[in-house]
Amino acid sequence: VIYEQSYAAVGVFFAIVAATLWLSFYLGKQAKSAKGFFAAGGGIHWFVNGIAFAGDYLSAASFLGICGMIAFYGYDGFLYSIGYLAGWIVALLVVAEPLKRLGKYTFADALDSRFQSRGIKLTVAISTLVVSIFYLIPQMVGAGVLIKPLLGFQHYQGVLLVGAVVTFIVVTAGMVSTTYVQFLKGTLLVVFSFILTLMILNRGLTVKEPAAGFDTPQTKIDKRPDGKVIVNGLPQGKNEGQGDFWPVGHVRSLPDGQQSTGPLGPLAFLRTVQQSEIVLWSSKTEKQPDGATLTTYTPKTTAGPAILRPGNHPSFKGIRSEKFTDKLNFVSLMMALFGGTASLPHILIRYYTVKDQAAARKSTIVGIASIGFFYVLTLYIGLGAMTSGSLDVTNSNMAAPLLARSFNEWLFAIISAIAFTTVLGTVSGLIIAAAGAVVHDFLASVMRLEISDHGKVRIAKFVSVVVGAIAIVLGILFERMNVNYLVGWAFSIAASANLPSLIMLLFWKGTTKQGIIAAVTVGMVSSLGWILLSGDTYNDVYGLKPETAIVPFSQPGIVTIPLGFLVLVVVSLLTRQRTP
Amino acid sequence: MPGFETHSASAETEHAGTIARNSRIGLQLFAVYFVVYAGFVIVNAFRPDWMEKTPFAGINVAILYGFSLIVGALVMSLIYGWLCHAPAKDERRGDAA
Repeated sequence: VIYEQSYAAVGVFFAIVAATLWLSFYLGKQAKSAKGFFAAGGGIHWFVNGIAFAGDYLSAASFLGICGMIAFYGYDGFLYSIGYLAGWIVALLVVAEPLKRLGKYTFADALDSRFQSRGIKLTVAISTLVVSIFYLIPQMVGAGVLIKPLLGFQHYQGVLLVGAVVTFIVVTAGMVSTTYVQFLKGTLLVVFSFILTLMILNRGLTVKEPAAGFDTPQTKIDKRPDGKVIVNGLPQGKNEGQGDFWPVGHVRSLPDGQQSTGPLGPLAFLRTVQQSEIVLWSSKTEKQPDGATLTTYTPKTTAGPAILRPGNHPSFKGIRSEKFTDKLNFVSLMMALFGGTASLPHILIRYYTVKDQAAARKSTIVGIASIGFFYVLTLYIGLGAMTSGSLDVTNSNMAAPLLARSFNEWLFAIISAIAFTTVLGTVSGLIIAAAGAVVHDFLASVMRLEISDHGKVRIAKFVSVVVGAIAIVLGILFERMNVNYLVGWAFSIAASANLPSLIMLLFWKGTTKQGIIAAVTVGMVSSLGWILLSGDTYNDVYGLKPETAIVPFSQPGIVTIPLGFLVLVVVSLLTRQRTP
Repeated sequence: MPGFETHSASAETEHAGTIARNSRIGLQLFAVYFVVYAGFVIVNAFRPDWMEKTPFAGINVAILYGFSLIVGALVMSLIYGWLCHAPAKDERRGDAA
């Protein structure tokens, strides 16, 4: 769809960017020391830190990806909401307080607290960088996707703009500005998602009569070499003789023959969807002999019970499959989501920004409350978008902003700007985590370079610029990759590489440094290798038949997380005698 | 009781008794939540038709169970916060002594 540029959206967008930059300048003086830069001096209030957790965690994939997945496939997107939130229970009940007690600036600090080992610092620094980079890519791709319709920029221009702004935020005041940007973003995201949900419930559900072409398939022919795009038989454009996609997403029938429900309560809304019929759109892409790509978008009237049950999205097809390996794939994904949260370096370092374990605990509770509330809202926002008549069949990531546009232009402007800040908040946290791994773990601990406190901050700022530049390049290169898919990679790698060592260090006295090094290495390499040899990657990245993939299912967690535990135990037992 | 009234959060960080108590409570609550979450995943994977039943207010099990997991996480975190708020018994005895 060719979007009309919204001046309101542009105005709100630049106002928010200006506010975050001003905040960074204002807070810059608080980040002169390494403790200030990496951990905000440990002086962040637990409530601010709790909301900043939400700002750090609720990434573009959460907001845009989950709402879009629910809007196009129904309940399945909500499975991600449940898995992402459940992971916070691991963070609160198992990891939060010990991590705060053991660490100082980075995740490696905690794992290495008992051993003072350069090997642990190096291995964990590499795993932090790998996870951070895998998490950075989808955020930057999401930024490009978002800014295209918002400002009319090309993808690469959007990625460049986001990369530049976020690098500036980090360089000026490190964790201090990052925390307040995340606090701002977390607050705005939860409040405006709630407002959007209230508007959805107030509007209720209405049957729309099929207009001309409303229920007929749409096609897109993408001629890559010459760059031409043919939409529904006409060159894409807004002028005479050109064509564009029409917006979709409507209710076919309501219970008891109603035409409109009027305002609905939260339970009544879900019950009404359950008893209605809604038109969903699926897509199929084929390569043409001339090299062009033909995508056909097909409408299908779908009964409510089929929309609100799991197993419709390709990622969750295992739920309704007869094959045991497909079911294992689903279990494996849910396991990675559960274990991944408490293993993400950029989330874990937030525990160092508060003064003590009590504050770490309280801030996690605030985080769970705000993140959980937001994830409940995603179901309403997704279903609201599904029935809003404003969906773009070609871009599920735009479901939430376009839903807002179906109410009014200002709400669209605000929701789009908030979606942009979701990228800023998450990317800034990732850059800090990566900079900490390089400066504190690698240069200071592994290389044993004598660096002054001020020097560490200077190098960290330089590393932040380099990481920002890498993020920009990867965001441009991976333009066509699925955002949520890449986040799934990051969770699987984080859970496989980091979780076994963290848990065993806390609860098994027999853990040795060799055990930790081996577990992190094997967890990281095996999960990454599994992903690269999986059917999903064969299909989406290499363009090969998924049936020819080497591994039996795509999600590695169910194999590689237990493997990490096993390796740690075996290596620790073998090296126990040699460890003083 | 000297030390008790003025007990600060930072003092809690140093006390082994409180650390052990919090860890024990955390693991017990985690075990409960893990069982409920694992039940959700296993039912979805091996009995997906159960998720389509509508036992309450016309809402299906998939949504009810999902909402319960989210609300349950918040309830469990509040219980944890409440149980770990005060210092452990042996710490209070130590302070009093």
